[in-house]
Amino acid sequence: MPDSSFYAVPAVLLSTMWADQQSALHPQGTQAGLSAETAWVMFVAGAAIFLLVMAILALAILGPERLRRHLAGRAMLVEAGIVFPVAVLSTLLIYSLGIAAAMLRADAPAAVRIEVTGEMWWWRVRYLDDDGQVLFETANEIRIPVDQPVDLALASRNVVHSFWVPNLAGKLDMVPGHVNRMRLHATQAGRYRGQCAEYCGAQHANMMFDIQVLAGPDFQAWLQSQRRPAAPPGDADGRLRQGRQVFLQACARCHAVRGTLAAGTVGPDLTHVGGRLSLGAGMLPNNVGTLAGWIAGSQHIKPGNGMPAFDHLSGEQLRAVAHYMESLQ
Amino acid sequence: MRPGTPSAPPRALPHPLPRPDGEQAHLERIWQRPRGWRAITVVNNNYIGLLYIGTALLFFLLAGVLALLMRAQLAVPDNDLIGHDLYNQLFTMHGTVMMFLFAVPAVEAMAVLLLPNMLGARDLPFPRLSSYAYWAYAIGGLVFFCSIFVGLAPDGGWFMYPPLTSSAYSPALNADLWLLGIGFIEISAIAGAIELAVGILRTRAPGMTLDKMPIFAWIMLAFSGMVIIAFPAVIVATALLELERAFGLPFFMADKGGDPLLWQHLFWLFGHPEVYIIFLPAAGMVSMIIPAMAGRPLVGYRLVVMAIVATSFLSFGLWVHHMFATGIPQLSLSFASAASMAVSIPTGVQVFAWIATIAAAPRLRPLKTPMLFILGFFFIFVLGGLTGVMVAVIPFDWQAHDTYFVVAHLHYVLVGGMVFPLFAAFYYWMPFVSRRALSERLGRWAFWLMFVGFNVGFFPMHLTGLAGMPRRVYTYADQYGWGLLNMVSTVGAYLIAAGVLVFLIDLARNFRPSVEHNAGNVWQAGTLEWLPAGVAGPRSVPWVSSREPLWDQPGLAADVQAGRYYLPGAPTGGRSTLVTGAIDARPQYLLRLPGPGWPPVLAAVGTAGFFLLLTGKLMVPAALFGVLAIAMILRWLWDTDPAPDRAPVDVGGGLRLPVSCVGSASHSWWAMVMLVMVCASIFCALLFAYLFLWTTSPDVWPAPAALAAVPWPLASSVLLAGSSALAWAGGRGLRHGRQGCLRIALPLGALMLAAAVGLEADAQWRAGLRPQDHAYAAAVYALIGLQGTLAIAVAFMSLFTTARSWAGKLGAARRACLDNTTLLWHYTAVQGLVGTLVLHGFPRWTGLA
Repeated sequence: MPDSSFYAVPAVLLSTMWADQQSALHPQGTQAGLSAETAWVMFVAGAAIFLLVMAILALAILGPERLRRHLAGRAMLVEAGIVFPVAVLSTLLIYSLGIAAAMLRADAPAAVRIEVTGEMWWWRVRYLDDDGQVLFETANEIRIPVDQPVDLALASRNVVHSFWVPNLAGKLDMVPGHVNRMRLHATQAGRYRGQCAEYCGAQHANMMFDIQVLAGPDFQAWLQSQRRPAAPPGDADGRLRQGRQVFLQACARCHAVRGTLAAGTVGPDLTHVGGRLSLGAGMLPNNVGTLAGWIAGSQHIKPGNGMPAFDHLSGEQLRAVAHYMESLQ
Repeated sequence: MRPGTPSAPPRALPHPLPRPDGEQAHLERIWQRPRGWRAITVVNNNYIGLLYIGTALLFFLLAGVLALLMRAQLAVPDNDLIGHDLYNQLFTMHGTVMMFLFAVPAVEAMAVLLLPNMLGARDLPFPRLSSYAYWAYAIGGLVFFCSIFVGLAPDGGWFMYPPLTSSAYSPALNADLWLLGIGFIEISAIAGAIELAVGILRTRAPGMTLDKMPIFAWIMLAFSGMVIIAFPAVIVATALLELERAFGLPFFMADKGGDPLLWQHLFWLFGHPEVYIIFLPAAGMVSMIIPAMAGRPLVGYRLVVMAIVATSFLSFGLWVHHMFATGIPQLSLSFASAASMAVSIPTGVQVFAWIATIAAAPRLRPLKTPMLFILGFFFIFVLGGLTGVMVAVIPFDWQAHDTYFVVAHLHYVLVGGMVFPLFAAFYYWMPFVSRRALSERLGRWAFWLMFVGFNVGFFPMHLTGLAGMPRRVYTYADQYGWGLLNMVSTVGAYLIAAGVLVFLIDLARNFRPSVEHNAGNVWQAGTLEWLPAGVAGPRSVPWVSSREPLWDQPGLAADVQAGRYYLPGAPTGGRSTLVTGAIDARPQYLLRLPGPGWPPVLAAVGTAGFFLLLTGKLMVPAALFGVLAIAMILRWLWDTDPAPDRAPVDVGGGLRLPVSCVGSASHSWWAMVMLVMVCASIFCALLFAYLFLWTTSPDVWPAPAALAAVPWPLASSVLLAGSSALAWAGGRGLRHGRQGCLRIALPLGALMLAAAVGLEADAQWRAGLRPQDHAYAAAVYALIGLQGTLAIAVAFMSLFTTARSWAGKLGAARRACLDNTTLLWHYTAVQGLVGTLVLHGFPRWTGLA
């Protein structure tokens, strides 16, 4: 949203209080901008009404006798208790329904279509072509182009989750048996965070994801690279080859890496895991060390998640598979 | 209306002085509470009320400790003090215990204690039911709470959304404990609500017409109505989920045509009125305390009553505002948004009526502790109301929903709207139940600690939520920058705890429970509970001609105390209270009340044991406890409806009242009507479930050809109608003294009612329908199951009535038992006919279309 709007000053003030990667008051998308505008209108009006009511209450206790007599009358009761709220609330209702309608309007066809499925406790992300066929699958990371409408199809096959990227839009639930549709329109390139907003069990707190808004050409380049299968390790690199070997033995039942025999669908697709921004559904930065740590002890990092601990791997095997993962850019 | 009963206040006081020797001593002996180990058999509302409030307060403290543990965990980012397993139980239990074991019981308890005294009654109309409801709640609630010590506490969040709480994702007992425990505590709450409603409508002091009722009584009437309509929805929801968990009936499983959203609809259909069920009684207390503190009657009494009624209606229209983010159609959202805003208008009326009363006050200052808590309530509640309007706004709610903004909002509304008024009420009514008032000095400390602590704790949460923190997370990463806000919230939470601690110290130092030697009317309040009272309540029951009788009827307290008004003694030789007309409050008859006894306590032990052991799948002990409960309930019912062997007694001023009553004038008939309303609400909720599931999965509904052939439903309809006719004939026979006719008609009719259910179930079964197949089958068998449950209840009641006929306890003038049985009977038959029509007509109709 344009920064020239009237709420820019308080927004900047508040932004010093917390980080702005997952904040509803730092809108970087059309829907979030409309929500934030509504919020500020109501904060200002609400604060004014609150102060007014408190002032009336103070005057009712401490005010001069004549004023108190007026406040004690039925006329005051009808004016302040009925006429005023009816007027204010009717205005607010009309205003807010207008905004809600504007937020749901989808006049342009979507430039990108993505299906996001809530898992326990991570996000399965599939990019679709115009016919709804899957282009590729990834996990816990969504990249979208700036200034273009993006359609999301939100679903779940287990429990209820809720998809929420505060900087871009409000939340929408993922309910088993239903497919909910959400349109995103990011106005500012950058990296934001999303999080599950409906309590979904043990690790609800750690069900996060990254969403990166890219300039058009960068997005297209990323899209092309994601569609390619994983590049096999070069013959010269023994450690990567060993890593792939370990992966195919230990991990392939649950994970897929396109271009190899690994085709498991229980856990996240790891075809380009090395290029992702974070690990464990937004819990850890992504590097060789955290990859090895996650593989060996994901149950310590995210207790109760679906992946068993692979602490029986030798140090060498662990390093090898972690390096192999990192190589999957 | 009985001819000859007065409609205007008596010109002379009903009784001359001096009163006969020993009259007061006799009255007090009869109302004496049992001593020693028999003390737990007490039934009087003052004692049960105090126990009830004390237990609710205990749950407030326990749930508060859970909150403090959560705040300790969230004080700093990446904290590992408490793991996810315990944390998820903590927030589930905090919400559940605060809502179901503290808030609703606390306001019901205040009403049990205060209402009879405000209305000039000696007790509530069903003292053993109060005792039963209390003990069931206390035992069941405490065992339920203890589950947290063994890691078995529910962990699905206090609104328990499936599929997370279905057996696939919560296979352990935790969820069953919630479903059976809470379902059963709701039943206790409904029992309380029916009793309160009958008490308000039928046991008011003579002359206290509806427009002279204290606001608190109006509010509790609205409260009871809302409980009767709303709680059945959650009982149905819990029953359906338990059926799914235990027997695999797929109400909420999407792959079998069920829908998780069905739970959300049913839960919030209850859950939103629940908020007003909690808030309205607290508002009623405020409406009592402010006039007393101000020395002026409430400004705009009639407007406030209209506002209360409007709130209770509107509160049923806005449950969808908890579901703005579920993706349901925009039109429903807009409707709920408008209704949510509309409901704030009647609340605004109440707020300004209070402010107007304060402005009119001749004697408000210096502010006393109850008034401080009320001013704190104003500050917090108005702010919570404004954020409530914000979350009713759809584009804003999409961001705020399920974040700490909502946590802040709901605590501003509930703590501001219920806990602060309740503490005001504790300080205000303490002189009514204690020899000493509470300390003003400690009260101020408690107030300021709680008020400052609350705002320090909860105001920052508005920001935490908008900064992106979802609710129900056991930890959060440092990178979001939420650490400082959370630390401030934690400090505030412990300040609240300090305030509550000061209150407890005050309680320990000054609370000396006693109604008969209470501190008295220290506030110079105007309502009847401040009359001088003994163990039997006021010495005599006054004629009331004003909303604040103690202000407007000079010498009232002295005359009441001297025994110059009605019923200064115990003319029946036992406990009794006046029953008056629902609208005009003219005396109608004298209700003989039971004294202390074991059956209600043992029945409560049996009921609680039955449900709790059932949770643990311990079938044999559960059955034993169930039998104990039923036996005890039958034991206590056997003594009800005493023989009409007494001539009308003189209650004063030449007013002779009968000591029993039949037909629709009887208080028990009114209670039965309300119970039928509960049953109808349950049936409607189940019909809603049936139709809702059809809208989501019409594909599992059968083609008309797959249904049972028309003769089957026709046959069961004939059985239903015939059974109802037999019940009617039995009653008619009794009116003409033909006991034999009744002894045949009732058992035969009950058999036909059961046969109708059996026929229906059999027809469905032979049409190939199995309950686990899909959502349609599950809904069909659920409707049949409800009908079967009612048929069993009617069968029990008809056998009981027949047994009373054999025992000579039934007659033309002693027929409350039969009247009540037939009432439920006819309802069951009608419900069966409607159910049959839906089960066989609806699929045919949709098949045509």
